[in-house]
Amino acid sequence: MIAMTEDLDTNRYKSGATCNACKLCTPLGACMVYAGIKNCVPILHGSQGCSTYIRRYMISHFREPVDIASSSFTEEDTVYGGAKNLALGIKNLIAQYHPEVIGVATTCLSETIGEDIPGIVGEIKRGLTSKEGVELVQVSTPSYTGTHTDGFHATCLALVQEFAKEKSHQPENASRTVALFPGMLSPADFRHYRELIESLGLECTMLPDYSDTLDGGAWADYHRIPEGGTSKEAIAAIPYALASIECGATLPHYKQTAGRWLKQRHSVAHHATGLPIGIRETDSFIAALEHISGKSLPAYLDAERGRLTDSLFDAHKYLFGKRVAIYGDPDMVIGLTSMVSEFGMTPVLCATGGKTPGFKEEVERVLMLKDEPAPEIVAGADHVNIHHHCEALQPDIIIGSSKGYKISRALNIPLIRVGFPVHDRMGGQRLLHIGYRGAQRLFDQIVNTVLDQKQAANEVGYTYL
Amino acid sequence: MIEILEGRKDQVYTKGSSQKFVCDRKSLTGSVSQRACAFCGSRVVLYPIADALHLVHGPIGCAVYNWDIRGALSSGPQLHRNSFSTDMKELDVVYGGEKKLEASLIELIDKYDPRAAFVYSTCIVGVIGDDVERVCKKVAQEKSIPVIPVQSEGFRGTKKSGYQAACEAAYRLVGTGDTTEISEHSINILGDFNIAGETWMVRDYFKQMGVEVVATITGDGRVDELRKCHGASLNLVQCSGSMTHLAKLLERDHSIPLKRVSFFGIEDTAEALYETARHFGDDQIMQRTQELVSSEIARIMPEIRRMRKRLEGCKAALYVGGAFKAFSLVRALSNLGIKTVLAGTQTGSEEDYEQLREICDPGTIIVDDSNPLELAKYVLEKDVDIFIGGVKERPIAYKLGIGFCDHNHERKTPLAGFEGMLNFAREVYATAVSPVWQFAPRRSAWREESAS
Repeated sequence: MIAMTEDLDTNRYKSGATCNACKLCTPLGACMVYAGIKNCVPILHGSQGCSTYIRRYMISHFREPVDIASSSFTEEDTVYGGAKNLALGIKNLIAQYHPEVIGVATTCLSETIGEDIPGIVGEIKRGLTSKEGVELVQVSTPSYTGTHTDGFHATCLALVQEFAKEKSHQPENASRTVALFPGMLSPADFRHYRELIESLGLECTMLPDYSDTLDGGAWADYHRIPEGGTSKEAIAAIPYALASIECGATLPHYKQTAGRWLKQRHSVAHHATGLPIGIRETDSFIAALEHISGKSLPAYLDAERGRLTDSLFDAHKYLFGKRVAIYGDPDMVIGLTSMVSEFGMTPVLCATGGKTPGFKEEVERVLMLKDEPAPEIVAGADHVNIHHHCEALQPDIIIGSSKGYKISRALNIPLIRVGFPVHDRMGGQRLLHIGYRGAQRLFDQIVNTVLDQKQAANEVGYTYL
Repeated sequence: MIEILEGRKDQVYTKGSSQKFVCDRKSLTGSVSQRACAFCGSRVVLYPIADALHLVHGPIGCAVYNWDIRGALSSGPQLHRNSFSTDMKELDVVYGGEKKLEASLIELIDKYDPRAAFVYSTCIVGVIGDDVERVCKKVAQEKSIPVIPVQSEGFRGTKKSGYQAACEAAYRLVGTGDTTEISEHSINILGDFNIAGETWMVRDYFKQMGVEVVATITGDGRVDELRKCHGASLNLVQCSGSMTHLAKLLERDHSIPLKRVSFFGIEDTAEALYETARHFGDDQIMQRTQELVSSEIARIMPEIRRMRKRLEGCKAALYVGGAFKAFSLVRALSNLGIKTVLAGTQTGSEEDYEQLREICDPGTIIVDDSNPLELAKYVLEKDVDIFIGGVKERPIAYKLGIGFCDHNHERKTPLAGFEGMLNFAREVYATAVSPVWQFAPRRSAWREESAS
């Protein structure tokens, strides 16, 4: 017999311990970004386990090959430094993968032993000949600072600082190109971003872009590195871009971001928006695009907005006042909160795993019904903590990654799976969250989950709803 | 054309050739090894002990990636399925994590009332020099339960070193329990992790034979079972790579003989049961074993024979953690009419590979501590039909349109014992005969076909 429930005391721990974290480590964010760079292989400067764990975690979500190398620290390297290992690792990577870019990210181990990583990487770079044709970029991602989200943004910044440091030569299409920092979303989201931008006559350099690399077709032959991703040349051309758009409501609260750095260094016009989830946040994103392009959204996309609002009217009574618990990456939680709030639902819990700056203010900013009780806004939550809140708040629906399944199962509350990771369903890489289209998909799923509950709980068994 | 890295050439061998073959070395940096680290090795071995608190002392990453990672089932407590971490932050790294560790242990022990606690050291703990042993001792005294440090810093050797650290940690419990009730005909099962309930199936065989199982280590494991496992008369070691060390400690200190067995495949399962029966030299046990084996085989064979007809001539690649599983798989596949053309392990030893070479056909490629590119290369060169491995190998197969069977710790179907062999055959059959591969780009060029 398997006892399925464990009586976990679900209060937060005073000691600072965490159980079932609602965050991942910083190097994972770096690996996600490197996965979206053309012909790039990441190498983590640390123990073998960091790479393998992150690979397994990403493979379980994307169901695609994810190769991440390691400098495979030993005890000796820990004492005397891992510079030699990193150099050899890079040499081996070049021999095996023929990459154009090698993305180095540190781990807690290499950071703590006090390695001068920029110095080491600089030295390795100088040793590379042009024949090898490979560029190195490095980012500092010790797992004891921040979360995977911070690692993600830090790596975007490191990439522009490396490849777009100086203005090189102006490419032809630069005057039509928007540099987009899309946030850590799905390949389906990235494809839709591109469609939206191109629909306004613009071109897009997306950093990163793993829409093909982490959601590609079947292969006839094995590919060393999955095709797709943003090239280093495209990044080098960003200083000439018409503008940059950086998506993520908490990003303005960061000390520095890729978009702001581009503005400071190269005077690239900078637009900051939230993740375009729900109507208003998508409107802001589209407004930025219209401003940049001087054109209006094409009719077919405008019609998508029309259909979305129409369906909201059709179903508003089913959703009004329904209580929602949302957890996950900070900007995703803010976007989803904004969206369900537009549906007339009541967010009762908005939780994220890191202590992200600006999280509370941004959640409060997007709430629509200011006279409804405010949700509990928790930064630094783990899943035990989220469980505790859900138990107390009894939401009608939970929205978050598949890691909330245990809570959903224990409390018998449906879980709408979004974001990363989705380890217990197919198609996590194809979940569309952004744009009117993404909101429409989520709306249909949410309202039908509610209708399903209503129908199942009803004795009559209504066949019209 | 994928080339084998210079530094790895002698870890790849073709059966029948005169190549040199080397194993048991640390992973080549930059090679994208499929291995994890010493921490992972320790964590997976001790993970199934269900009534213990498993606290990972380090920053969040190490703990979060193995939250509920193994399909290791428990018949009682489920505490092991949670991921506890001291979640060290920058200040803990600067000022040391001992205080936080102590506070976390005390709080978590108070809340969850475990029978013991394991504290896993991660890389950073080894670097900043926290005295984990001292903290554990202190908390053990205060809370009157064993609090056991696991020396599992990721950089300490390979995954295999982590297995050893886990055995050392588990061994601290051994010898502290009462063994007076244990019968003469008794065994421990080591190295079965109760994935999808496999330990229960195996345990049931011994029950039918009249052999007492004292402890299953660590599948469906309990602290009290470990405490008294030195009372058993025989140790059966399945996953030899992870558990031989513990069995050797039991042999050294408690004179318990050990036998390496496997419960994968018909022959290996039957042999494991017969070997146990022979060890006790009891006619009744032997008779019951014979009855059990013959009735089980009679039960599963008709369906297996039917599937074999269709599978005959298929070619398989296998890449698994330990070598003993690889031997069993080669035999089990051959029972299904399938030839193994590529076989590899993450952590096999020299003797292991010796044996693997013996049972493989000439021309079979044998790889040690391989990586995705090498595996893909040989899968294509050998035109493999089925790949048997774990989650990290899965996309290699699927991307190329090749069947796959998960034989790693995330599997949800029991593959051990006779029933498990039937399940394995069904899994292999389902993936081998599925029509989906007809759409693989390697098999068909649909554009040309539909154009003509």
